[in-house]
Amino acid sequence: MSDLPKARIATASLAGCFGCHMAILDIDERLIELMKLVEVDRSPLTDIKRFTKRCDIGIIEGGCCNEENVHVLRDFRRHCDVLIAIGQCAIMGGLPAMRNAIMHSDDPLRECLEEAYISGKYIRNTTHSIPNDPALPLLLDEVYPCSEVVEIDYNIPGCAPTGDVIYDTLSGLLTGRFHGFEREEIRFD
Amino acid sequence: MDEGLPACEVPLVSDAEIMAVCEGYGNDPHRMLDILRDLQDRFRCISPQILTVVAKQTGSTRVAVEGVATFYSFLSLTPKGRVTIRLCDDIVDRFSGLAEVTEAFETELGIKLGHTSRDGAFSLDYTPCIGLCDQAPAAMINDIVVTNLTVEKVRGIMAALKSGKSPEALISERFGELKPHERATRMVDNNIRHAGPVLLGPVPEDAGLRKALDLAPADIVDAVEASGLRGCGGAGFVTGRKWRFAAQEPAERRFIFCNADEGEPGTFKDRVLLTERPHLLIEGMTIAAKAVGAKEGVLYLRGEYVYLRELLQSVIEERRERGLLGPAILGVEGFDFDLRIQMGAGAYICGEEGALISSCEGLPGEPKTRPPFPVTKGYLGFPTVVNNVETFCNVARILDRGAEWFHALGAGGSHGTKLFSVSGDCLNPGVYELAYGMTMRDFLSLVGGEEAAAVQVGGPSGTMIARDSFHRRLSFDDLTTGGAITIFGPERNILEIVEYYISFFVHESCGYCTPCRVGNVFLQRAIGKFRKGLANPKDIEYLKDLSATIIETSRCGLGTTSPRPILETMENFPLVYSALAKPSKDRIRATFDIQAAIDDARKLAKRRSYIFDRDFGQ
Repeated sequence: MSDLPKARIATASLAGCFGCHMAILDIDERLIELMKLVEVDRSPLTDIKRFTKRCDIGIIEGGCCNEENVHVLRDFRRHCDVLIAIGQCAIMGGLPAMRNAIMHSDDPLRECLEEAYISGKYIRNTTHSIPNDPALPLLLDEVYPCSEVVEIDYNIPGCAPTGDVIYDTLSGLLTGRFHGFEREEIRFD
Repeated sequence: MDEGLPACEVPLVSDAEIMAVCEGYGNDPHRMLDILRDLQDRFRCISPQILTVVAKQTGSTRVAVEGVATFYSFLSLTPKGRVTIRLCDDIVDRFSGLAEVTEAFETELGIKLGHTSRDGAFSLDYTPCIGLCDQAPAAMINDIVVTNLTVEKVRGIMAALKSGKSPEALISERFGELKPHERATRMVDNNIRHAGPVLLGPVPEDAGLRKALDLAPADIVDAVEASGLRGCGGAGFVTGRKWRFAAQEPAERRFIFCNADEGEPGTFKDRVLLTERPHLLIEGMTIAAKAVGAKEGVLYLRGEYVYLRELLQSVIEERRERGLLGPAILGVEGFDFDLRIQMGAGAYICGEEGALISSCEGLPGEPKTRPPFPVTKGYLGFPTVVNNVETFCNVARILDRGAEWFHALGAGGSHGTKLFSVSGDCLNPGVYELAYGMTMRDFLSLVGGEEAAAVQVGGPSGTMIARDSFHRRLSFDDLTTGGAITIFGPERNILEIVEYYISFFVHESCGYCTPCRVGNVFLQRAIGKFRKGLANPKDIEYLKDLSATIIETSRCGLGTTSPRPILETMENFPLVYSALAKPSKDRIRATFDIQAAIDDARKLAKRRSYIFDRDFGQ
């Protein structure tokens, strides 16, 4: 196993809570086994901000809620052979996509931001304005799952997925033994 | 251009006026659709006040009344114009210049489609197929219809209406003096191109009914079954068997319903029967009543055919006077039967028999769970026979000429003749009565459609065939149809047709089953991708998967047939799909439009994107 060239992995968290990245660390001491097979390129785990080389696997947490998410996701698609969406936000939009429910409005985005920053019952915003720093990426009209923006090769379901299913999937893919999930692994009830 | 108002002023009415209308229908909640239609005609909308008063008056709840009022597209919670213009938005109308006609109406009225003018004088809307594809583009103006519209004609119509003439005056200055039949034929051409021996040829008056008088009910059922008659609405269930089930069911009351809600785009054969053979139809219903022991009947007339109501009502009254309806028909003690007309209000789904019954019960037109079937538990829980207009007409003829005569016509397992409504790219659109079993090629040369590249048989829920299938035969054993034959020439875009049909189902889904309500929207979007050239090969699989889900998990015929325009064209025109599905090179989805997605935020933040706007720095 060790004589194979190491695979390169990149990860990113888009509109997610970072919980899926925490779950990646949840594979515990097996991380040592995994690191024998991979090198981590661009990732919040390594704090590398740009791709240094083409990668074998890209792992995406979170869906797309703003233009920067789209930009990063497209960048991952261009630089990775296999792209994995991890967790419900990446797969379906998840919790952030709740704002997509504001649909019977002429201006849903404004309605959403006003409630979040100005008119909401428990808001204490002394500036009484919606943040609009030029450095803030523009929001999208709604939250999109990753598969609507680029083609996704694999989805690892869960919120967040367990360390076990993440480890099994990754090690399976790296050794060419991945043939889908065990039913028990992705049962949540 | 005046945008018009989404809601002009709600007219003030006294509660007493509303109550009087309800009392006119005996405050019967089962007559809810009639009550609401009546109120809509009088007050141009079902206002909140009307909802409350009607609920109180009929012992119903406000939410139930609102459920009915919002279900039917001819009822409106906001005021409609005193003159409501509904343009028929069928694919055949689109191919016959609907866009220009719409533009002409918009210009003349100074309002956009979907709006009501500020003074409350006019509304302009689209409505799905109104059964006039053989004289498209067509429109309803209040209760009358105008056909073969052109820009010139629209200008003439609008000049007349604006000068204060009534819509009726468009048809004839002396409209009031015309007989109901003449009124109908002045508005709409029958376009009978080929009369057959059963329905459109010479028909003796009430000969079938008189012969049925001497027969025992069981013998009538036997004769109908022996004739091989199958339902002419599209499903083709054996009529005699349906009657037998209804007759066998022990019950205090039984009902005979006529389904005159032909809403399948491209179908208009019942329109011609209702105009030219109304006596034959009611004769058939009366025979059915004797056969199954029913005393009451309903003729469910689609809202789009409201221009025929007066004609049918006059026929019913004439028959009552002549002792052909009512108690002791033709002097036979115990043979009682009478019927009423139930107007629909613009809902395709009400052509489904369960939905039709729901609609007559004063409910939203939602299908019922089957079983129990209507023949055992139908209207108000009593056995109900629901048959198509053409089926009842056939029955009357079978009783007159005998089961053997009818059985000998046709081919294979399809007996008798069939009415075909032909429209689209052919020389002679109209209604043809032909024996079953003709090949499509012969049929096309008969109607002057030899150039056809595709033929939609049986409307959107039927099948679409290409030239390589023109040897197939029109019968229950091969190409089945409720009557619609829509012909498309080589210059037509197949996917435009498919997209139209799917949009039609999106509009007409009653919304009860999620796979149908939501799934059809997804199908519509996916076809849109193909039309824009943004589809990839996986989308073909996606269409198949989603279609299978919708078909498997919907409870009525709408959901189980709505994906057919896609599945049928995929099978018969595979190159159309494969030519348009291209794999993306960089695996980035071309369907995601980042510029559209950030446009709201750009306006809200009043700045440009530093990633996606190239001239950000300027």
